[in-house]
Amino acid sequence: MPKVTIDNIEIEVPDGTTILQAARMIGGDVVPPAMCYYSKLETSGGYCRTCIVKVTQGSAKDPRPMPKPVASCRTPVMDGMVVQNRTAPDLLEARNGVVEFLLINHPLDCPICDQAGECHLQDLSYENGLAKSRYEFKRREFDKIDIGDKIKLHMTRCILCYRCVKVANQLCDGRVHGVLNRGDVSEISTYIQNAVDNDFSGNMIDVCPVGALTDKTFRFKSRVWFTKPMDAHRDCKKCDGKVALWMSNNEVLRVTGRKDTYGELESWICNECRFDKKEVSDWKIEGPRKIDRHSVISQNHYESLRQLKIDVSKQKNIAEKAHQDNK
Amino acid sequence: MQLTNRSKVVVRKEMSLAERLYLPAILGGLFITFKHFFRKKTTISYPEVQRQFTPVYRGHHVLKRDEQGRENCTACGLCAVACPAEAITMTAAERKPGEEKMYREEKYASVYEINMLRCIFCGLCEEACPKEAIFLTDKIVHSGYERQGFIFGKDKLVEPVEADKRVDISGRLKAHRKN
Repeated sequence: MPKVTIDNIEIEVPDGTTILQAARMIGGDVVPPAMCYYSKLETSGGYCRTCIVKVTQGSAKDPRPMPKPVASCRTPVMDGMVVQNRTAPDLLEARNGVVEFLLINHPLDCPICDQAGECHLQDLSYENGLAKSRYEFKRREFDKIDIGDKIKLHMTRCILCYRCVKVANQLCDGRVHGVLNRGDVSEISTYIQNAVDNDFSGNMIDVCPVGALTDKTFRFKSRVWFTKPMDAHRDCKKCDGKVALWMSNNEVLRVTGRKDTYGELESWICNECRFDKKEVSDWKIEGPRKIDRHSVISQNHYESLRQLKIDVSKQKNIAEKAHQDNK
Repeated sequence: MQLTNRSKVVVRKEMSLAERLYLPAILGGLFITFKHFFRKKTTISYPEVQRQFTPVYRGHHVLKRDEQGRENCTACGLCAVACPAEAITMTAAERKPGEEKMYREEKYASVYEINMLRCIFCGLCEEACPKEAIFLTDKIVHSGYERQGFIFGKDKLVEPVEADKRVDISGRLKAHRKN
Protein backbone atom coordinates (compact mmCIF):
# COMPACT_ATOMS: atom_id res chain seq x y z
CA MET A 1 0.00 0.00 0.00
CA PRO A 2 1.78 3.19 -1.15
CA LYS A 3 1.71 6.29 0.99
CA VAL A 4 1.26 9.60 -0.79
CA THR A 5 1.32 13.16 0.51
CA ILE A 6 -0.97 15.62 -1.25
CA ASP A 7 -0.82 19.25 -0.07
CA ASN A 8 0.82 18.10 3.20
CA ILE A 9 -1.93 15.55 3.88
CA GLU A 10 -0.73 11.96 3.99
CA ILE A 11 -2.93 9.09 2.86
CA GLU A 12 -2.40 5.41 2.25
CA VAL A 13 -4.06 4.15 -0.90
CA PRO A 14 -4.31 0.81 -2.75
CA ASP A 15 -1.85 -0.03 -5.53
CA GLY A 16 -2.64 1.45 -8.92
CA THR A 17 -4.59 4.41 -7.53
CA THR A 18 -4.11 7.59 -9.50
CA ILE A 19 -3.18 10.87 -7.82
CA LEU A 20 -6.65 12.26 -8.62
CA GLN A 21 -8.38 9.31 -7.00
CA ALA A 22 -6.13 9.60 -3.96
CA ALA A 23 -6.98 13.31 -3.71
CA ARG A 24 -10.67 12.47 -3.94
CA MET A 25 -10.22 10.02 -1.07
CA ILE A 26 -8.97 12.98 1.00
CA GLY A 27 -11.66 15.25 -0.41
CA GLY A 28 -12.20 18.98 0.01
CA ASP A 29 -9.98 21.66 -1.49
CA VAL A 30 -7.18 19.22 -2.25
CA VAL A 31 -9.03 17.65 -5.18
CA PRO A 32 -7.86 19.02 -8.53
CA PRO A 33 -10.64 19.93 -10.99
CA ALA A 34 -11.26 17.50 -13.84
CA MET A 35 -13.06 18.20 -17.08
CA CYS A 36 -12.51 15.00 -19.05
CA TYR A 37 -11.84 12.35 -16.41
CA TYR A 38 -14.94 10.38 -15.39
CA SER A 39 -14.42 7.62 -12.88
CA LYS A 40 -17.32 5.58 -14.25
CA LEU A 41 -16.01 5.56 -17.81
CA GLU A 42 -12.99 3.43 -18.64
CA THR A 43 -9.99 5.06 -20.36
CA SER A 44 -11.41 8.53 -19.77
CA GLY A 45 -9.07 11.33 -18.77
CA GLY A 46 -5.81 12.71 -20.05
CA TYR A 47 -7.24 15.15 -22.59
CA CYS A 48 -8.06 18.41 -20.85
CA ARG A 49 -5.04 18.88 -18.52
CA THR A 50 -7.01 20.81 -15.91
CA CYS A 51 -6.17 18.22 -13.27
CA ILE A 52 -2.42 18.86 -13.50
CA VAL A 53 -0.48 18.67 -10.25
CA LYS A 54 3.13 19.29 -9.25
CA VAL A 55 5.03 16.23 -8.09
CA THR A 56 7.88 17.46 -5.89
CA GLN A 57 9.10 13.98 -5.00
CA GLY A 58 8.59 11.06 -7.38
CA SER A 59 8.78 8.29 -4.81
CA ALA A 60 10.67 7.21 -1.70
CA LYS A 61 13.21 5.29 -3.82
CA ASP A 62 13.69 8.06 -6.39
CA PRO A 63 13.03 11.38 -4.65
CA ARG A 64 13.69 13.53 -7.72
CA PRO A 65 10.78 15.84 -8.66
CA MET A 66 8.96 15.26 -11.92
CA PRO A 67 10.21 17.73 -14.56
CA LYS A 68 6.81 19.24 -15.39
CA PRO A 69 3.24 19.17 -14.11
CA VAL A 70 1.56 15.80 -14.59
CA ALA A 71 -2.07 14.94 -15.33
CA SER A 72 -3.21 13.56 -11.98
CA CYS A 73 -6.01 11.49 -13.53
CA ARG A 74 -3.53 9.37 -15.46
CA THR A 75 -0.56 9.23 -13.06
CA PRO A 76 -0.54 6.37 -10.55
CA VAL A 77 0.83 7.11 -7.09
CA MET A 78 4.16 5.72 -5.88
CA ASP A 79 5.17 5.05 -2.30
CA GLY A 80 6.52 8.24 -0.73
CA MET A 81 5.28 10.50 -3.49
CA VAL A 82 4.82 14.16 -2.55
CA VAL A 83 2.24 16.08 -4.57
CA GLN A 84 1.34 19.75 -4.52
CA ASN A 85 -1.92 21.15 -5.80
CA ARG A 86 -3.30 24.24 -4.03
CA THR A 87 -0.01 24.90 -2.23
CA ALA A 88 2.03 25.49 -5.40
CA PRO A 89 1.47 28.98 -6.88
CA ASP A 90 3.35 28.15 -10.09
CA LEU A 91 1.04 25.19 -10.65
CA LEU A 92 -2.06 27.33 -10.19
CA GLU A 93 -0.66 29.71 -12.77
CA ALA A 94 -0.11 26.80 -15.14
CA ARG A 95 -3.71 25.70 -14.58
CA ASN A 96 -4.90 29.22 -15.37
CA GLY A 97 -3.10 28.83 -18.67
CA VAL A 98 -4.84 25.53 -19.33
CA VAL A 99 -8.21 27.14 -18.63
CA GLU A 100 -7.40 30.00 -20.96
CA PHE A 101 -6.64 27.49 -23.70
CA LEU A 102 -9.91 25.65 -23.06
CA LEU A 103 -11.76 28.94 -23.39
CA ILE A 104 -10.05 29.99 -26.63
CA ASN A 105 -12.72 28.49 -28.83
CA HIS A 106 -15.54 28.46 -26.30
CA PRO A 107 -18.21 30.98 -27.31
CA LEU A 108 -19.03 32.02 -23.69
CA ASP A 109 -22.70 32.27 -24.60
CA CYS A 110 -23.71 31.37 -21.04
CA PRO A 111 -26.77 33.67 -21.06
CA ILE A 112 -28.25 31.48 -23.80
CA CYS A 113 -26.78 28.12 -22.83
CA ASP A 114 -29.01 25.68 -20.96
CA GLN A 115 -26.03 24.31 -19.04
CA ALA A 116 -25.33 27.64 -17.29
CA GLY A 117 -25.50 27.21 -13.54
CA GLU A 118 -24.36 23.60 -13.59
CA CYS A 119 -21.54 23.92 -16.08
CA HIS A 120 -18.12 22.68 -14.99
CA LEU A 121 -16.32 24.97 -17.41
CA GLN A 122 -18.19 27.92 -15.93
CA ASP A 123 -17.08 26.98 -12.42
CA LEU A 124 -13.55 26.29 -13.60
CA SER A 125 -13.16 29.60 -15.42
CA TYR A 126 -14.70 31.44 -12.49
CA GLU A 127 -12.06 30.02 -10.21
CA ASN A 128 -9.07 29.92 -12.55
CA GLY A 129 -9.79 32.21 -15.44
CA LEU A 130 -9.27 35.81 -16.37
CA ALA A 131 -12.21 38.19 -16.29
CA LYS A 132 -11.59 39.09 -19.92
CA SER A 133 -10.45 37.04 -22.89
CA ARG A 134 -7.10 37.91 -24.46
CA TYR A 135 -8.00 36.02 -27.63
CA GLU A 136 -8.57 38.35 -30.55
CA PHE A 137 -9.15 36.01 -33.47
CA LYS A 138 -12.28 34.44 -34.87
CA ARG A 139 -13.52 31.50 -32.83
CA ARG A 140 -14.34 28.29 -34.67
CA GLU A 141 -17.98 27.90 -35.58
CA PHE A 142 -20.14 24.90 -36.35
CA ASP A 143 -23.78 24.39 -37.23
CA LYS A 144 -25.99 22.88 -34.59
CA ILE A 145 -26.61 19.17 -35.07
CA ASP A 146 -29.46 17.00 -33.84
CA ILE A 147 -28.16 13.73 -32.46
CA GLY A 148 -31.38 11.79 -32.58
CA ASP A 149 -34.60 13.67 -31.90
CA LYS A 150 -33.89 14.32 -28.22
CA ILE A 151 -30.29 15.52 -28.09
CA LYS A 152 -28.90 18.77 -29.49
CA LEU A 153 -25.19 19.17 -30.21
CA HIS A 154 -23.68 22.65 -30.09
CA MET A 155 -20.23 21.85 -31.38
CA THR A 156 -19.04 25.44 -30.80
CA ARG A 157 -19.27 24.88 -27.04
CA CYS A 158 -17.45 21.52 -27.05
CA ILE A 159 -14.06 21.23 -25.35
CA LEU A 160 -13.38 17.76 -26.82
CA CYS A 161 -13.27 15.90 -23.52
CA TYR A 162 -14.34 12.64 -25.24
CA ARG A 163 -16.68 11.72 -22.37
CA CYS A 164 -19.71 11.34 -24.66
CA VAL A 165 -17.69 9.20 -27.04
CA LYS A 166 -16.78 6.91 -24.15
CA VAL A 167 -20.46 6.72 -23.21
CA ALA A 168 -21.33 5.75 -26.77
CA ASN A 169 -18.52 3.22 -26.77
CA GLN A 170 -19.13 1.65 -23.41
CA LEU A 171 -22.88 1.96 -22.87
CA CYS A 172 -24.33 1.73 -26.34
CA ASP A 173 -23.66 -1.08 -28.76
CA GLY A 174 -22.63 -0.31 -32.33
CA ARG A 175 -21.69 3.28 -31.72
CA VAL A 176 -22.44 5.78 -34.42
CA HIS A 177 -20.83 8.91 -33.03
CA GLY A 178 -17.27 9.92 -32.44
CA VAL A 179 -14.72 12.59 -33.19
CA LEU A 180 -14.17 13.56 -36.81
CA ASN A 181 -11.19 15.46 -38.23
CA ARG A 182 -8.29 16.61 -36.11
CA GLY A 183 -6.74 19.59 -34.37
CA ASP A 184 -8.60 22.86 -34.50
CA VAL A 185 -11.36 21.55 -36.76
CA SER A 186 -12.05 18.29 -34.93
CA GLU A 187 -15.68 17.84 -34.01
CA ILE A 188 -17.99 15.43 -32.26
CA SER A 189 -20.40 14.06 -34.81
CA THR A 190 -22.56 11.19 -35.77
CA TYR A 191 -21.58 9.91 -39.17
CA ILE A 192 -23.76 11.74 -41.72
CA GLN A 193 -25.96 12.74 -38.80
CA ASN A 194 -27.00 9.21 -37.95
CA ALA A 195 -29.33 9.23 -35.02
CA VAL A 196 -27.92 7.69 -31.89
CA ASP A 197 -30.56 5.11 -31.19
CA ASN A 198 -29.86 3.38 -27.94
CA ASP A 199 -31.63 3.14 -24.61
CA PHE A 200 -28.74 4.75 -22.74
CA SER A 201 -27.58 7.38 -25.24
CA GLY A 202 -29.16 10.17 -23.17
CA ASN A 203 -26.42 9.79 -20.59
CA MET A 204 -24.07 11.67 -22.87
CA ILE A 205 -26.03 14.81 -21.92
CA ASP A 206 -25.21 14.27 -18.27
CA VAL A 207 -21.54 13.44 -18.79
CA CYS A 208 -20.96 16.51 -20.96
CA PRO A 209 -19.10 19.01 -18.73
CA VAL A 210 -20.21 21.96 -20.88
CA GLY A 211 -23.40 22.78 -22.77
CA ALA A 212 -22.38 21.04 -25.98
CA LEU A 213 -24.88 18.21 -25.56
CA THR A 214 -28.21 19.35 -24.22
CA ASP A 215 -31.64 17.89 -23.72
CA LYS A 216 -33.96 19.05 -26.52
CA THR A 217 -37.03 18.42 -24.36
CA PHE A 218 -35.67 21.02 -21.89
CA ARG A 219 -34.31 23.45 -24.48
CA PHE A 220 -34.87 27.05 -23.26
CA LYS A 221 -37.66 25.86 -20.95
CA SER A 222 -36.20 27.38 -17.82
CA ARG A 223 -32.95 28.33 -16.21
CA VAL A 224 -31.57 25.71 -13.85
CA TRP A 225 -31.76 27.98 -10.82
CA PHE A 226 -35.49 28.58 -11.28
CA THR A 227 -36.21 24.86 -11.06
CA LYS A 228 -36.51 22.82 -7.91
CA PRO A 229 -34.48 19.62 -7.94
CA MET A 230 -36.17 16.57 -6.41
CA ASP A 231 -34.97 13.04 -5.85
CA ALA A 232 -37.40 10.55 -7.35
CA HIS A 233 -37.58 6.96 -8.54
CA ARG A 234 -39.81 4.64 -10.51
CA ASP A 235 -39.85 0.98 -11.42
CA CYS A 236 -37.95 0.77 -14.65
CA LYS A 237 -37.09 -2.43 -16.45
CA LYS A 238 -34.01 -1.02 -18.15
CA CYS A 239 -32.32 1.01 -15.44
CA ASP A 240 -32.58 1.41 -11.66
CA GLY A 241 -34.96 4.33 -12.12
CA LYS A 242 -33.24 6.59 -9.58
CA VAL A 243 -33.25 10.09 -11.00
CA ALA A 244 -33.29 13.78 -10.16
CA LEU A 245 -36.38 15.67 -11.31
CA TRP A 246 -36.05 19.38 -12.11
CA MET A 247 -39.46 20.77 -11.32
CA SER A 248 -41.27 24.04 -11.48
CA ASN A 249 -44.80 24.49 -10.16
CA ASN A 250 -45.49 20.74 -9.95
CA GLU A 251 -44.38 20.30 -13.50
CA VAL A 252 -41.45 18.08 -14.43
CA LEU A 253 -39.29 20.14 -16.75
CA ARG A 254 -36.32 17.83 -16.99
CA VAL A 255 -35.14 14.45 -15.77
CA THR A 256 -31.44 13.76 -15.19
CA GLY A 257 -29.38 11.23 -13.33
CA ARG A 258 -28.22 11.97 -9.82
CA LYS A 259 -24.83 13.64 -9.80
CA ASP A 260 -22.33 13.38 -6.96
CA THR A 261 -19.87 15.97 -5.60
CA TYR A 262 -17.65 15.65 -8.65
CA GLY A 263 -20.53 15.95 -11.10
CA GLU A 264 -20.50 12.27 -11.93
CA LEU A 265 -23.66 10.22 -12.26
CA GLU A 266 -24.43 7.78 -9.48
CA SER A 267 -26.06 5.47 -11.99
CA TRP A 268 -26.87 5.53 -15.69
CA ILE A 269 -30.52 6.11 -16.51
CA CYS A 270 -32.38 5.02 -19.61
CA ASN A 271 -33.88 7.26 -22.27
CA GLU A 272 -37.43 6.30 -21.38
CA CYS A 273 -36.97 7.67 -17.86
CA ARG A 274 -35.13 10.71 -19.15
CA PHE A 275 -37.24 11.86 -22.07
CA ASP A 276 -40.68 10.27 -21.86
CA LYS A 277 -41.71 10.34 -18.22
CA LYS A 278 -42.55 13.99 -17.70
CA GLU A 279 -45.60 13.60 -15.48
CA VAL A 280 -45.43 13.90 -11.71
CA SER A 281 -47.62 10.79 -11.50
CA ASP A 282 -44.89 8.74 -13.21
CA TRP A 283 -42.57 9.21 -10.26
CA LYS A 284 -42.36 8.51 -6.57
CA ILE A 285 -40.85 11.69 -5.19
CA GLU A 286 -38.47 11.12 -2.28
CA GLY A 287 -37.83 14.76 -1.37
CA PRO A 288 -35.78 17.82 -2.25
CA ARG A 289 -32.33 17.15 -3.55
CA LYS A 290 -29.41 18.43 -1.52
CA ILE A 291 -27.68 21.14 -3.50
CA ASP A 292 -24.43 22.70 -2.40
CA ARG A 293 -25.20 26.12 -0.93
CA HIS A 294 -22.47 27.71 -3.02
CA SER A 295 -24.24 26.65 -6.19
CA VAL A 296 -26.45 29.15 -7.97
CA ILE A 297 -29.12 26.42 -8.09
CA SER A 298 -29.66 26.81 -4.36
CA GLN A 299 -30.45 30.51 -4.85
CA ASN A 300 -33.95 31.48 -3.76
CA HIS A 301 -34.62 28.00 -2.38
CA TYR A 302 -35.62 28.48 1.18
CA GLU A 303 -34.89 25.66 3.56
CA SER A 304 -36.19 25.28 7.03
CA LEU A 305 -33.67 25.26 9.83
CA ARG A 306 -34.70 21.75 10.72
CA GLN A 307 -33.76 20.56 7.25
CA LEU A 308 -30.43 22.32 7.50
CA LYS A 309 -29.91 20.60 10.87
CA ILE A 310 -28.65 23.78 12.50
CA ASP A 311 -29.27 24.04 16.22
CA VAL A 312 -30.12 27.71 16.75
CA SER A 313 -29.98 27.57 20.53
CA LYS A 314 -26.46 26.19 20.37
CA GLN A 315 -25.34 28.99 18.06
CA LYS A 316 -27.00 31.54 20.32
CA ASN A 317 -25.09 30.20 23.33
CA ILE A 318 -21.80 30.41 21.43
CA ALA A 319 -22.56 33.99 20.37
CA GLU A 320 -23.51 35.00 23.89
CA LYS A 321 -20.38 33.43 25.31
CA ALA A 322 -18.22 35.28 22.81
CA HIS A 323 -20.02 38.47 23.74
CA GLN A 324 -19.32 37.88 27.44
CA ASP A 325 -15.66 37.18 26.73
CA ASN A 326 -15.30 40.43 24.82
CA LYS A 327 -16.56 42.35 27.82
CA MET B 1 -19.70 48.08 26.68
CA GLN B 2 -19.29 51.59 25.29
CA LEU B 3 -19.38 52.14 21.55
CA THR B 4 -18.85 55.93 21.44
CA ASN B 5 -17.91 58.70 23.84
CA ARG B 6 -20.90 60.81 22.95
CA SER B 7 -23.31 59.66 25.65
CA LYS B 8 -24.29 62.42 28.10
CA VAL B 9 -25.21 62.07 31.70
CA VAL B 10 -28.64 63.57 32.44
CA VAL B 11 -28.42 66.42 34.97
CA ARG B 12 -31.61 67.24 36.83
CA LYS B 13 -30.65 70.56 38.39
CA GLU B 14 -33.26 73.04 39.53
CA MET B 15 -34.37 75.65 36.95
CA SER B 16 -33.39 79.30 37.39
CA LEU B 17 -35.95 82.13 37.57
CA ALA B 18 -35.55 83.03 33.86
CA GLU B 19 -36.17 79.44 32.90
CA ARG B 20 -39.18 79.17 35.15
CA LEU B 21 -40.77 82.23 33.54
CA TYR B 22 -41.06 80.32 30.20
CA LEU B 23 -41.51 83.59 28.23
CA PRO B 24 -37.86 83.97 27.09
CA ALA B 25 -37.92 80.37 25.79
CA ILE B 26 -41.23 80.88 23.96
CA LEU B 27 -39.97 84.10 22.40
CA GLY B 28 -36.81 82.30 21.34
CA GLY B 29 -38.95 79.63 19.63
CA LEU B 30 -41.08 82.24 17.87
CA PHE B 31 -37.94 83.98 16.63
CA ILE B 32 -36.72 80.74 15.04
CA THR B 33 -40.08 80.29 13.26
CA PHE B 34 -39.97 83.91 12.08
CA LYS B 35 -36.46 83.42 10.71
CA HIS B 36 -37.72 80.67 8.41
CA PHE B 37 -40.05 83.08 6.54
CA PHE B 38 -37.00 84.63 4.92
CA ARG B 39 -35.18 81.42 4.18
CA LYS B 40 -35.12 79.73 0.73
CA LYS B 41 -37.97 77.18 0.46
CA THR B 42 -36.89 73.54 0.37
CA THR B 43 -40.08 72.38 -1.35
CA ILE B 44 -41.10 72.93 -4.96
CA SER B 45 -44.58 72.85 -6.48
CA TYR B 46 -44.44 69.61 -8.45
CA PRO B 47 -45.46 68.96 -11.24
CA GLU B 48 -45.27 72.60 -12.46
CA VAL B 49 -41.67 72.78 -11.31
CA GLN B 50 -39.47 69.72 -11.60
CA ARG B 51 -36.09 69.08 -10.11
CA GLN B 52 -33.12 68.07 -12.18
CA PHE B 53 -32.33 64.39 -11.80
CA THR B 54 -28.89 63.00 -11.28
CA PRO B 55 -27.71 60.97 -14.27
CA VAL B 56 -27.69 57.85 -12.10
CA TYR B 57 -31.29 58.18 -10.87
CA ARG B 58 -33.05 54.82 -10.75
CA GLY B 59 -36.64 54.92 -12.00
CA HIS B 60 -38.79 53.11 -14.55
CA HIS B 61 -37.06 50.13 -16.17
CA VAL B 62 -36.42 49.87 -19.87
CA LEU B 63 -35.50 46.86 -21.98
CA LYS B 64 -33.07 48.17 -24.56
CA ARG B 65 -32.75 47.37 -28.23
CA ASP B 66 -29.46 47.50 -30.12
CA GLU B 67 -28.67 49.89 -32.99
CA GLN B 68 -30.48 47.64 -35.45
CA GLY B 69 -33.62 47.59 -33.35
CA ARG B 70 -33.22 44.03 -32.04
CA GLU B 71 -34.04 43.24 -28.42
CA ASN B 72 -30.93 42.76 -26.31
CA CYS B 73 -32.54 40.53 -23.69
CA THR B 74 -31.90 36.80 -24.03
CA ALA B 75 -33.90 35.75 -20.98
CA CYS B 76 -30.80 34.49 -19.19
CA GLY B 77 -32.50 34.98 -15.82
CA LEU B 78 -29.60 36.69 -14.08
CA CYS B 79 -31.68 39.80 -13.29
CA ALA B 80 -34.36 37.63 -11.74
CA VAL B 81 -31.87 35.74 -9.59
CA ALA B 82 -30.15 38.97 -8.55
CA CYS B 83 -33.43 40.68 -7.65
CA PRO B 84 -33.68 40.88 -3.85
CA ALA B 85 -37.41 41.58 -4.03
CA GLU B 86 -38.06 38.72 -6.46
CA ALA B 87 -40.00 41.06 -8.68
CA ILE B 88 -38.84 39.78 -12.05
CA THR B 89 -40.22 36.75 -13.90
CA MET B 90 -39.68 35.67 -17.47
CA THR B 91 -40.36 32.97 -19.99
CA ALA B 92 -37.83 32.18 -22.67
CA ALA B 93 -38.53 31.20 -26.24
CA GLU B 94 -36.46 30.19 -29.22
CA ARG B 95 -36.09 32.61 -32.08
CA LYS B 96 -37.66 31.30 -35.27
CA PRO B 97 -36.14 31.79 -38.73
CA GLY B 98 -37.20 35.21 -40.01
CA GLU B 99 -37.19 36.82 -36.58
CA GLU B 100 -33.50 37.74 -36.73
CA LYS B 101 -34.41 41.42 -37.01
CA MET B 102 -36.47 41.34 -33.80
CA TYR B 103 -34.19 39.50 -31.41
CA ARG B 104 -30.42 39.66 -31.21
CA GLU B 105 -29.73 36.13 -29.95
CA GLU B 106 -31.26 32.75 -30.66
CA LYS B 107 -33.14 32.87 -27.37
CA TYR B 108 -35.35 35.73 -26.28
CA ALA B 109 -37.86 36.56 -23.55
CA SER B 110 -41.39 35.90 -24.78
CA VAL B 111 -42.73 37.10 -21.45
CA TYR B 112 -40.86 39.53 -19.22
CA GLU B 113 -42.65 40.92 -16.22
CA ILE B 114 -41.60 43.20 -13.39
CA ASN B 115 -43.90 43.52 -10.43
CA MET B 116 -43.58 47.21 -9.66
CA LEU B 117 -45.23 46.75 -6.27
CA ARG B 118 -42.31 44.56 -5.26
CA CYS B 119 -39.52 46.41 -7.03
CA ILE B 120 -37.31 48.48 -4.73
CA PHE B 121 -35.35 50.18 -7.55
CA CYS B 122 -32.02 48.95 -6.26
CA GLY B 123 -30.57 48.52 -9.74
CA LEU B 124 -29.13 45.04 -9.12
CA CYS B 125 -30.91 43.72 -12.24
CA GLU B 126 -29.03 46.26 -14.30
CA GLU B 127 -25.76 45.32 -12.63
CA ALA B 128 -26.35 41.59 -13.24
CA CYS B 129 -27.32 41.94 -16.90
CA PRO B 130 -24.58 40.54 -19.15
CA LYS B 131 -26.23 41.84 -22.33
CA GLU B 132 -26.77 45.51 -21.43
CA ALA B 133 -30.46 44.89 -21.89
CA ILE B 134 -32.16 46.24 -18.76
CA PHE B 135 -31.60 49.72 -17.41
CA LEU B 136 -33.30 51.95 -14.89
CA THR B 137 -34.18 55.31 -16.42
CA ASP B 138 -34.97 58.74 -14.99
CA LYS B 139 -38.67 58.21 -15.73
CA ILE B 140 -40.85 58.13 -12.63
CA VAL B 141 -43.16 55.13 -12.26
CA HIS B 142 -46.73 56.40 -12.10
CA SER B 143 -48.70 55.84 -8.96
CA GLY B 144 -52.14 54.26 -8.92
CA TYR B 145 -55.09 53.53 -6.71
CA GLU B 146 -55.36 49.84 -7.57
CA ARG B 147 -52.94 46.98 -7.45
CA GLN B 148 -53.88 45.96 -10.99
CA GLY B 149 -51.66 47.27 -13.70
CA PHE B 150 -48.54 47.31 -11.59
CA ILE B 151 -47.16 44.18 -13.20
CA PHE B 152 -45.31 45.68 -16.13
CA GLY B 153 -44.98 43.43 -19.16
CA LYS B 154 -42.92 43.81 -22.28
CA ASP B 155 -45.42 46.32 -23.68
CA LYS B 156 -44.39 48.83 -21.02
CA LEU B 157 -40.75 47.85 -20.66
CA VAL B 158 -39.32 47.40 -24.15
CA GLU B 159 -38.30 50.67 -25.78
CA PRO B 160 -39.84 51.62 -29.14
CA VAL B 161 -38.02 50.69 -32.33
CA GLU B 162 -38.21 54.20 -33.82
CA ALA B 163 -34.91 56.02 -33.47
CA ASP B 164 -36.49 59.23 -32.13
CA LYS B 165 -38.45 57.41 -29.43
CA ARG B 166 -35.50 55.51 -27.97
CA VAL B 167 -34.81 55.86 -24.27
CA ASP B 168 -31.55 57.60 -23.44
CA ILE B 169 -29.58 55.74 -20.78
CA SER B 170 -26.13 57.12 -21.54
CA GLY B 171 -25.66 58.34 -17.97
CA ARG B 172 -26.27 54.93 -16.48
CA LEU B 173 -24.41 53.10 -19.22
CA LYS B 174 -21.28 55.02 -18.30
CA ALA B 175 -21.56 53.93 -14.68
CA HIS B 176 -22.44 50.38 -15.78
CA ARG B 177 -19.35 50.00 -17.97
CA LYS B 178 -17.07 51.45 -15.32
CA ASN B 179 -17.91 48.60 -12.98
